[in-house]
Amino acid sequence: MEAEIVKRIAHLSRIALPEEELTQVAGQLERIFALVAEMQAVPTEGIEPMAHPLDLQQPLRADQLRPETPSREELLASAPRAQDGLFLVPKVIE
Amino acid sequence: MELHQLELAELAEGLRKKHFSAVELTQALSPRLEAAQGVMNAFISIDSEAALQQAQSADQRRAQGESSPLLGIPLAHKDIFCTRGVRTTCGSKMLSNFVSPYDATVVRRLQEAGTVSLGKLNMDEFAMGSSNETSYFGPVRNPWNLGCVPGGSSGGSAAAVAARLIPAATGTDTGGSIRQPAAFCGITGLKPTYGRVSRYGMIAFASSLDQGGPMARSAADCALLMDAMAGHDPLDSTSHPQGGGRFSAALGRSLQGLRVGVPAEFFGAGLDPEVAQAVETAIQWFAAQGAEIHPVHLPNNAHAVSTYYVLAPAEASSNLSRFDGVRYTHRSAAPKDLQELYLQSRYEGFGAEVRRRILVGTYVLSAGYYDAYYRKAQQVRALIREDFRRAFAEVDVIMGPTTPTPAFALGAKSADPVSMYLADIYTIAVNLAGIPALSLPCGFSKEGLPIGLQIMGDYFADELLLGVAAAYQKDTDWHRRAPAWEEQ
Repeated sequence: MEAEIVKRIAHLSRIALPEEELTQVAGQLERIFALVAEMQAVPTEGIEPMAHPLDLQQPLRADQLRPETPSREELLASAPRAQDGLFLVPKVIE
Repeated sequence: MELHQLELAELAEGLRKKHFSAVELTQALSPRLEAAQGVMNAFISIDSEAALQQAQSADQRRAQGESSPLLGIPLAHKDIFCTRGVRTTCGSKMLSNFVSPYDATVVRRLQEAGTVSLGKLNMDEFAMGSSNETSYFGPVRNPWNLGCVPGGSSGGSAAAVAARLIPAATGTDTGGSIRQPAAFCGITGLKPTYGRVSRYGMIAFASSLDQGGPMARSAADCALLMDAMAGHDPLDSTSHPQGGGRFSAALGRSLQGLRVGVPAEFFGAGLDPEVAQAVETAIQWFAAQGAEIHPVHLPNNAHAVSTYYVLAPAEASSNLSRFDGVRYTHRSAAPKDLQELYLQSRYEGFGAEVRRRILVGTYVLSAGYYDAYYRKAQQVRALIREDFRRAFAEVDVIMGPTTPTPAFALGAKSADPVSMYLADIYTIAVNLAGIPALSLPCGFSKEGLPIGLQIMGDYFADELLLGVAAAYQKDTDWHRRAPAWEEQ
């Protein structure tokens, strides 16, 4: 696996992988994909893909207003930065 | 006998007969947790004060006439379960300051049953690991040999129960994370049928595989925990409408005529001879009780690990996208814009193994690769489930080893991710199919490390597995042996 590909998927994953780690990570991913290649050789023509263990339908509920829990305060308590009841991030629009 | 030596069921009886109170019990256990921390590192948080309050409330409930079997029983939760007002880290720097604003359903149900939570247990970061070495809070040590890993990802849970710090713990199992550490530490752990235990408030790794379950010294104790833990939850859209049950009432069964399948695929190359010997001896015991032993075939088990390492990372890369540095996670210092905030916070907040799995997942889901990896893996997953369907048309349970070897040394596999992945070769197929499976101790290696017997069942056979395991534990004492970690 080329370092360029690792760089691209790291960006898609929104992980700032430093240049000096790319080669090492590429080597590890290569080992993982060598393991995965084993599965790719299994004949599966006509096999329906299995997404989930239970063949359940998604349950529906009435679209009703419910009390807001937990409170806004509790939800903001673990925010790295918050102000006036809002999450604070770097300026998005100049 | 001292209180910490008693099993959950014995503690329940002692509490009921008022031989001791929940407060006395909590006070007996709490100092042991603190003392073991420097040796084993099984906990991420210990809150003896909060535990004492819960114990007082349990004693009050009993004084008012309540008598639930778990009332006043001390336990601890794997730090993957959200606990309101208590730090919930998932073993990650990313959540090292996250105080959950709500309780996981498992936590709430056990609390309502009257249990006392002594703390939060160490684990592999985001449950990704088989040795507990990926935890941001440092590795856990195996109480049977402090130079060995306890297994993972529920390594703190297994070590704490084995070391007699707590009589029971919660765990989660995505590819073996309850059963493998249970085997390595000589305790009993059940991965329930997918959908029986709510995933609400259980931090998601791979949603179609994750399942919470009990870890304790015996199958009977696991059954008592399941009575409270299992059941339909409208807050989890994958929760089964008929998930609940009276697990403890299903114990005490006869083994006469029980059809036990033994898959040749679980006894091939790579299986440690001492593990093979102990497991075969256990199966012979079942035969001697009147069980019928039948060979079964699970030919696609050979593809389970490789299939899992497409599907689990794919689901993880999606689930872990919520950790963005904005709302409740680690945030990098002074990012210049929002993009850098995401990129840098996620690099800093996730450890190397978690980053690796996110990268693999992103790759297999990216445009042009989907059919070759993700869709293909879902097809092989269907074949793996079909193997079990065929086998369970012939037999009631399937038995084999839980792990290919006993616990390995700290550091032995951490340099090579793939060698670590292969430690789960006997446990992963169960998660892909969604069926229940249990690990219980069935012997020891010459070096004194525990060996686990795995019992697998068809969908909703959880009660049967617990009953079969409890019958074995009535006649054997492997599960009663305690490690002498205090003398190491």
